[in-house]
Amino acid sequence: MNKELTREERTDALGGMGCKRKRVEDARFTQGKGNYVDDIKLPGMLHGDFVRSPYAHAKVVSINTDAAMALDGVVAVLTAADLAPLGLHWMPTLAGDKQMVLADGKVLFQGQEVAYVVAKDRYIAADAVELVEVEYEELPVLTDPFAAMESDVVLREDLMGEGGALPDGAHGPRKHHNHIFTWEVGEKEATQQVLDEADVVAEEMVYYHRTHPCPLETCGCVASMDKVNGKLTLHGTFQAPHAIRTVVSLISGIEEHNIRVISPDIGGGFGNKVGAYPGYVCSVVASIVTGVPVKWVEDRMENLMTTAFARDYHMHGKISATKEGKITGLWCHTTADHGGFDACADPTKFPAGFMNICTGSYDIPTAYLAVDGVYTNKAPGGVSYRCSFRVTEAAYFIERMVEILAIELNMDAAELRRINFIKKDQFPYQSALGWEYDSGDYHTAWDKALKAVDYDGLRAEQAQRVEDFKAGKTRKLMGIGLTHFTEIVGAGPVKNCDILGLGMFDSCEIRIHPTGSAIARLGTISQGQGHATTFAQILATEIGLPADSITIEEGDTDTAPYGLGTYGSRSTPVAGAATAMAGRKIRAKAQMIAAYLLEVHDDDVEFDVDRFVVKGAPEKFKTMKEIAFAAYNQAIPGIEPGLEAVSYYDPPNMTYPFGAYVCVMDIDVDTGVTDIRRFYALDDCGTRINPMIIEGQVHGGLTEALAVALGQEIAYDDMGNVKTGTLMDFFLPTAWEVPNYETDHTVTPSPHHPIGAKGVGESPHVGGVPCFSNAVNDAFRAFGLRHTHMPHDHWRIWKTANELGLHG
Amino acid sequence: MSGKKHITMTVNGEAQEFLAEPRELLIHTLRERLNITGPHIGCETSHCGACTVTLDGKSVKSCTVFVAQADGADITTIEGLGNPDSLHVLQEAFKEHHGLQCGFCTPGMITRASKLLEENPSPTEEEVRFGMAGNICRCTGYQNIVKSILAAATEMNAAKEAAE
Ligand code: FES
Ligand code: FES
Repeated sequence: MNKELTREERTDALGGMGCKRKRVEDARFTQGKGNYVDDIKLPGMLHGDFVRSPYAHAKVVSINTDAAMALDGVVAVLTAADLAPLGLHWMPTLAGDKQMVLADGKVLFQGQEVAYVVAKDRYIAADAVELVEVEYEELPVLTDPFAAMESDVVLREDLMGEGGALPDGAHGPRKHHNHIFTWEVGEKEATQQVLDEADVVAEEMVYYHRTHPCPLETCGCVASMDKVNGKLTLHGTFQAPHAIRTVVSLISGIEEHNIRVISPDIGGGFGNKVGAYPGYVCSVVASIVTGVPVKWVEDRMENLMTTAFARDYHMHGKISATKEGKITGLWCHTTADHGGFDACADPTKFPAGFMNICTGSYDIPTAYLAVDGVYTNKAPGGVSYRCSFRVTEAAYFIERMVEILAIELNMDAAELRRINFIKKDQFPYQSALGWEYDSGDYHTAWDKALKAVDYDGLRAEQAQRVEDFKAGKTRKLMGIGLTHFTEIVGAGPVKNCDILGLGMFDSCEIRIHPTGSAIARLGTISQGQGHATTFAQILATEIGLPADSITIEEGDTDTAPYGLGTYGSRSTPVAGAATAMAGRKIRAKAQMIAAYLLEVHDDDVEFDVDRFVVKGAPEKFKTMKEIAFAAYNQAIPGIEPGLEAVSYYDPPNMTYPFGAYVCVMDIDVDTGVTDIRRFYALDDCGTRINPMIIEGQVHGGLTEALAVALGQEIAYDDMGNVKTGTLMDFFLPTAWEVPNYETDHTVTPSPHHPIGAKGVGESPHVGGVPCFSNAVNDAFRAFGLRHTHMPHDHWRIWKTANELGLHG
Repeated sequence: MSGKKHITMTVNGEAQEFLAEPRELLIHTLRERLNITGPHIGCETSHCGACTVTLDGKSVKSCTVFVAQADGADITTIEGLGNPDSLHVLQEAFKEHHGLQCGFCTPGMITRASKLLEENPSPTEEEVRFGMAGNICRCTGYQNIVKSILAAATEMNAAKEAAE
């Protein structure tokens, strides 16, 4: 007989919530045995590759595929003409627009898909791409959304009505032929009145540049149509495999039960792998046509130029306050550059995502937001790059506006934030732009952060530095970047969140095996977040079986329950909740079995870590392992055999993680080089499931924030040429540029989430971008700078210093 | 296409011999011809390091090496560093210190780190950061990668000392 373990020892043995469990995924990844899409090889597999447009706006006059078809090893060359009879030359986008799969008479952005070559290997496919002759007739190019709204040039003839009429778009009336939608929230007149009567108003145009999620693995798929049994299997880099299955079914006409979508290991997503791309459609068609599997994997240039950019928001803001610094109103008009097609990945009712979280962490009584979406000759996309829908834009906007207001008021920016935070006793808090913040304790987090970095000491040092600079003793300035952000994640309640009509619930199905181990399947898919590790921890705590005895499986639509996938930090808030709820169903049945075995009434037993005990008599118990076995080997009156459960969780509200960040930066005025001396990040993501993984997510998100704030962009010239199409020009920081981060936390559990968790993957990005940017701006505050646009690369910083007259 | 060339090479200790177009890239030779899929493709322009292998004692990015250039070479990939029954110290250290997330950069990272620690068995943090700057990770922010490599160095040095 084993020595009786203490309650603590039994808890530890489970490896449940709150422990730093090592990741179960790592064994295969460290040995090079991950299974990513490009590792998939099927018998007879062919390779697809695209002919792409060199022009940003042009008519496609003719396409000649003869020479390509004549090349040995080329099996097919598809053009829009081949797809049209199937109705597949266009496809619906997630935003209610449609997008060309292959150029249908014209192209709207550089790199657009024109023809799809299928060949025996990737070298032959690449050779054949060169042999396809396309004749273009150039059209005027629009790369500026403001100019596009004034221009006579029509980008989307397909959306014009009879005689130049302008039919409504997916989100209501359109004002101009290059206009997509207007989205308004809040009170326009009331806000205007507050601004008119305010003591102080700060106004600024805050541009959040275009960038790209750029996961290390690009997008790709392997489509395999089995003509014998009529089944299509589609392997691919999909952040939302079930939604992809539904989309493929809707556009191909293949019944959903005959489609199996599999997301294998995914080499990072960050929003890039949410959408449906022409490569997927063409590969499916090619496999149907040829009867063999077809692989398509984009190269880096194709990835940066064509699949899913992020941001490109021109945010014109006004913020008003009393003389004492109490914020009274916020006004924002955003011009959103969506590129040639509206392919944003946002819930249907939110064409600008959750941009209306832009009142941030502050108690702002009156606010108004309007967003106008505009077509230009740039790539489509507008995904959430490591953020919930458009939340980075919102956080950047408000955190810049607050800094600018502090300048206007001649106040300390930390103090200005403090007097405007929503107070702890105001939660649940109804924001002026329509959200109900579930919980928060901003003052505690803020004070903890400022104390940790010795904020007053830093300001004194900074003041001394300015003196020294003016006295010619140093050429380096010091910036203190502050941010207090509020995220909105966990989309979302089905009553207002859907994508293509699919409610944004998520799901978990659990099967307990007779010997007390288990498998759980979810509607989400990990791209590095460590779901196989953390979801097992949630379950271990809920059902009292060790995490090491629980397999987590995701990404195969034939086996996993339906779910909307992983993005927008929704996995823990939604699928994590489903997991807990399914676990509780298991526990409820286990309770009945335990009571039967212990020969007491159901109400007389209670759950205790890994067992049910008789109330008041803890020596009488049945472990979950014993209960699992009994579920399969005993005929229990009134109870079905087996121990399984499934839960579909529709969250009652979003969750609202928050955080307080401080960045200390030295800037060389003569070179524009930045040196991040210190970065402190306090995150409150509610209940913490695995601190090791949370910390890793924070490091990663901050590094992506550093990239975006300090150099990363997708830039176009006036002809619509992409100037940043390779990793030579598109900034991805290396170990050399990245600092060590200090992480910290407070814990304010979500009151409506079954385990109180809020999600964390994206917080560091949402909070990090404004924090780095505020540090750069702050360094020059003493010399009269109000605002300068990101990305703050060395050249732009040098230019700022130069314009301020700091180069003598 | 152009004539094929007779190529021999040793990969992870195994002799390989085949005919290939000289323009074939080494990463494709490994991944498609030899089914060694540990090294990955992240850029094909020498920037990301996902394809890093050790070629004749040097870290190289196999996406920008023609197979013809690798004729006669001795190549080690992640698959040659450890095996399920006895992981390389670096493989253990990356697991222990959460030095990976999606895992896509990991084979290249560990392969490069193994070479770095051969070149410099007791690096400072700064030397690790500099020595790993040819390998990009999009997920981890590097902090735990650096930690993993420093921990592996300490462990390898301790083992060496114990053996002496
Ligand atoms: S794939 Fe070789 S360096 Fe990126
Ligand atoms: S772990 Fe994902 S790129 Fe490094």
